[in-house]
Amino acid sequence: MSNTLQETQDISEIVNRGLKKRYRSEFMFRFYGVVSILFAVVFLLVFFSSIISKGYSAFTQGELNMKIYLNEEVIDPDRLRDEEEIRYANFDKLVLDSLKTYFPEVSSRKERKELKSLVSSGTSLRLQSMVLNDYSLIGQEIDIWVRLDSDIDMYLKGNIDVSLDESQRRISDNQVRWVQELQEQNLIRQNFNSTLFTAGDSREPELAGVLGALVGSFFMLIITFIVAFPLGVAAAIYLEEFAPKNRFIDFVEVNINNLAAVPSIIYGLLGLAVFINFFGMPRSAPLVGGLVLALMTFPVIIIASRAALQSVPPSITDAALGVGASKIQTVFDHVFPLALPGMLTGSIIGMARALGESAPLLMIGMVAFVVDVPSSPLDSSAALPVQVYLWADAPERGFVERTSAAILVLLFFLLLMNSTAIWLRNKFETKW
Amino acid sequence: MSLSLFLISIIFLGFLSFFWGKRKALLLKNTESLHSLPRYYGYYSLAWFAAPSLLIIFLWLLFSESFVTNQVISLLPESIRALSPNEITLRMNDVKNLAAGNLIAGESFIGLEQAAANYNRITKLVQDVAIYSSLVLSLALFIFSYRSISGTLRARNKVEKIISNLLLASATVAIFATAGILLSVLFEAIRFFQIISFDDFLFGLTWSPQMAIREDQVGSSGLFGAIPLFAGTALISLISLTVAVPVGLMTAIYLSEYAPSKVRSYTKPMLEILSGIPTVVYGFFAAITLAPFIRDFGVTIGLDIASESALGVGLVMGIMIIPLVSSLSDDVISAVPQAMRDGSYGLGATKSETIKKVIIPAALPGIVGGILLAASRAIGETMIVVMAAGLSARLSFNPIDAVTTVTVQIVTLLVGDQEFDSPKTLAAFALGLTLFLVTLALNFYALKIVRKYREQYE
Repeated sequence: MSNTLQETQDISEIVNRGLKKRYRSEFMFRFYGVVSILFAVVFLLVFFSSIISKGYSAFTQGELNMKIYLNEEVIDPDRLRDEEEIRYANFDKLVLDSLKTYFPEVSSRKERKELKSLVSSGTSLRLQSMVLNDYSLIGQEIDIWVRLDSDIDMYLKGNIDVSLDESQRRISDNQVRWVQELQEQNLIRQNFNSTLFTAGDSREPELAGVLGALVGSFFMLIITFIVAFPLGVAAAIYLEEFAPKNRFIDFVEVNINNLAAVPSIIYGLLGLAVFINFFGMPRSAPLVGGLVLALMTFPVIIIASRAALQSVPPSITDAALGVGASKIQTVFDHVFPLALPGMLTGSIIGMARALGESAPLLMIGMVAFVVDVPSSPLDSSAALPVQVYLWADAPERGFVERTSAAILVLLFFLLLMNSTAIWLRNKFETKW
Repeated sequence: MSLSLFLISIIFLGFLSFFWGKRKALLLKNTESLHSLPRYYGYYSLAWFAAPSLLIIFLWLLFSESFVTNQVISLLPESIRALSPNEITLRMNDVKNLAAGNLIAGESFIGLEQAAANYNRITKLVQDVAIYSSLVLSLALFIFSYRSISGTLRARNKVEKIISNLLLASATVAIFATAGILLSVLFEAIRFFQIISFDDFLFGLTWSPQMAIREDQVGSSGLFGAIPLFAGTALISLISLTVAVPVGLMTAIYLSEYAPSKVRSYTKPMLEILSGIPTVVYGFFAAITLAPFIRDFGVTIGLDIASESALGVGLVMGIMIIPLVSSLSDDVISAVPQAMRDGSYGLGATKSETIKKVIIPAALPGIVGGILLAASRAIGETMIVVMAAGLSARLSFNPIDAVTTVTVQIVTLLVGDQEFDSPKTLAAFALGLTLFLVTLALNFYALKIVRKYREQYE
């Protein structure tokens, strides 16, 4: 008796001796868990603050107030009002003349060039289209706000270090002085950068916008949805409701699971080899992009739709079969409508993933430089994530903020799609 | 008849065939009893009407282009037909461009206008044949089906048979997609291995795919030894896994075993955000924010870190994979039966001891499967490495060096102008084939492990 008591005491002594160490390791283990989560949280914070702090300034654009005299001698010396003649008129000279009224002392060739590059190179094009739209402007003085050149804009936004030597930065001492003088006269303002949402791509950061890419992505998503959703849902219905248990169906399932995990770039190779080389479809077109993304999204939609079909309780099926509906009628009239919200939710999430996908699009030539906003899925076009990739590669400082802005636009649309999916789920989800 | 008019009339006639079929059934109903509901007779005639049109349109889309091209080539002058197939393809591109109404830059050949006219003529002819034959066939079959409608026709069963076959066909698209991927990559890869030997590709130590433009050019014969690419891919994947596996696993353990439900409800969506960020955005972050930071950090501690170092790329890729590892581990950890935990607690084990000595060993196969899936994701990841990793193939296992990966090389080789007979372009497909086979094996094996593990505890 006393012996066992002795043993018990010995054991509890051993246990007690080890306890402190064990509790410490318990604490450390928990601590590692918290650290892991904090790691992810901190990364997200750094990530978003980095993108937002780089990108928010792209939503405004520096503008200069200019009074431009649309000199008839320059635009249309023969007074014929001939469109072709006016198109080739020297609008650059008008811009330069107007700028010279602010700085009459400018004379040398170098200074004139510097002065002219204060404002965007798109200014003369803008004048041209204004005049072509309204001939009555010729001979008048117009008072407009024109976009500053991207380098000047960067300087205003504090992204160019003027303490560096003149040769090491993109704007000259003269330009800095002029901009400061113009600022003192309140001739420079920061205005909302509407170009970002109304223009296609451009080599000049201040003229570049995401609309072309946005429309391209939109066309692609439509095609992806039209192709992948019916196919995916039909395949899911078959596998979930009709498929016999046999080798062939097992093989189909293995294929679907593997397709879901194949690297996206491989789908790009498929698109290049099959759609473009074999079927001769146009390169860079949203049609091909949409088809490739549809193939990628297809397994995702199948998996989501099967989950939605599984969540419909068997009592529904049993009741329908019990009153004499055929198997097809049961599935299409009763199970399918109940599973539809779940299928749509899964599909939208799959489509959101397709929207952010760019690797396969590089393969099918969607990296082409496309200025025009596409008007059909057969036109050459960029896509939103590819636009991010292209701008990230561009050397101009002005494209860094525009890349971040394009990322913000992309993230906004992803958020929109995902919240639509969640809203759908909450609104139509039935708890059985 | 133009194509759009044809499509509109097909759709219109399709509706009409449905309503006529249904109407006949409704009329029959007055005199005899019907086997099926009237609308099934409508679907029945619609199916007969639509089938030939759809089939012919499908075939036309598939083969019209190549048929017309071959016909036009056979009409080309003798001198051009004697050229090599690639030369002919180039000429045909000119022909197609001219036929589409575009201007042709540079010199061309005699008979180009004639060929372009032929091209347009034959295209039109093929289109007309397709359109009229499908219309005639559709109408004929519709009339046949319309006449066969009677009270005893088992319309519902027939329509349902068609529907279930369509469903089956949709499911088999998965097989076609896999086969399509495999074949498209395989064919080009085989062409590549006809030029470059298999051993040189798989075991060669130098990768420099620049080919000589002129025959007599020096020093650019093109070397396609893929070992540096495999090494670079392995290095970057390894770095990313060293980040993702511990963090993802600990996150999953903490969330499923320790975290109060409130923490969980905040953390889970956050991980979902992490997995929802497009990879191109991660790539931008890696290239613009993290890489300069790491390089500057290296300068302060006296290390010369490349601005495209494997370290930075691997880190960001690891963060991208965290949600994948975490959600897969979460699944397998919560599949471990509660009884095993209870048994461990009953013996006096602390929570962490239970996790370390009972749950993780029990869940190990599932976790390993998850890690394999994560590895396959890391190997196939493209945008992050394209934007932030190096381009030059360098055989190095040093994480602060710039290395390149298989996916980066595929993109570099295929973006821009390409001709499909140079080994440079075909090499991308050989790399793609390797990538496909490796990830396929990893996925297949991983899914098998995970499935087996699940069955064990069910």
